Amino acid sequence: MIDLSQQLFEGEFIRLGALEPEKDAGVISRWTHDLEYGRLTSAKPARPLSPAQVKKQLEEQAKEAREKRNRFDFAIRTQADERLVGTGQLEGLEWNHGHAWLQLSLGEAADRGKGYGGDALKLLLRYAFYELNLYRLTTACFEYNPRGLKFLERHGFVVEVRRRQAIFREGRRWDELRLGLLREEWERQR
Amino acid sequence: MMTMKGERVRLCAVEAEPMAEAGARWSRDSEYRRLQDSDPALPVSVAEAREHFADEAPSDGEYHFAIHTLDPDRLIGFVSLWLRWQHADAWLGIGIGDRADWGQGYGTEALRIALRYAFDELNLHRVSLTVLGANPRAQRAYEKAGFVVEGRQRGQNQYDGRRIDDVFMGILREEWKDGT
Repeated sequence: MIDLSQQLFEGEFIRLGALEPEKDAGVISRWTHDLEYGRLTSAKPARPLSPAQVKKQLEEQAKEAREKRNRFDFAIRTQADERLVGTGQLEGLEWNHGHAWLQLSLGEAADRGKGYGGDALKLLLRYAFYELNLYRLTTACFEYNPRGLKFLERHGFVVEVRRRQAIFREGRRWDELRLGLLREEWERQR
Repeated sequence: MMTMKGERVRLCAVEAEPMAEAGARWSRDSEYRRLQDSDPALPVSVAEAREHFADEAPSDGEYHFAIHTLDPDRLIGFVSLWLRWQHADAWLGIGIGDRADWGQGYGTEALRIALRYAFDELNLHRVSLTVLGANPRAQRAYEKAGFVVEGRQRGQNQYDGRRIDDVFMGILREEWKDGT
């Protein structure tokens, strides 16, 4: 029997929730002023954003999600005090192929290494495979982020592509790794 | 001297009207559409195609070219570069529309001209592309042009009830040899 009382959004340390453009924009704006935040997850130039810009972005994402159902965005908040510590995204969904991109970032360096990321990733994976019924997920990791790579591999992601020298930062070239996780692999390791 | 002309084809500016007309015609071939990208194959109307190829001021982020045969002068396809300037990298997409024009070496030649443009005019460090695992003909053409397989996203696509990889390929400036 299926147990529908098993909560999809409740982790051990954190919970996934809705992003609140009004309330969360200030916190996320602060994160963007540390360029490392953007550089860890995106190939786009990292740039500081004002709270108003972040709010606009969040509203646009929500609109796209409503209209196209091609992205699912979550706030990662601590169980203890509901503090926003990061965001998790399943985006670029292709329903015809059962595929999506996974993005996960924690805002403050001080909140990394506490188990929040692993906790959130487990929930995102279950949501992707058992709620959205996807076949596979893809994520990218840059060569200068060995900690991120180890984290993803620990949760079952496999390096599938090494785009050689595709990233130019700090005066040198770095590989962009693409990692994939198939539903059947995730089910086996659960 | 940089030229956009090869022995049998040339690259030129996209003109919205003929490209829209051709694009609508090519979209009726579902194999062409499936090899093109991961969207569901769907015939597009001339009006939709026209919107896609609207005559707009050129953008710094995208370079689109029409592929014409030299003699007779005929529109047979397109090649596009989508840039990531900050990393000197671009994604390349190419299509030869009419199946009667496949396997004639037109794509290979257009690819060579596009790469020369990418490395000698745009000064890129690398060019990237993905090719469907079920499209060995295209993969061979890319390898001939100097692209190297950099990995495969397993089961990225589903067609006809089967899972098919996306093959990732790249060519670095230092690997590129201008054959013409």
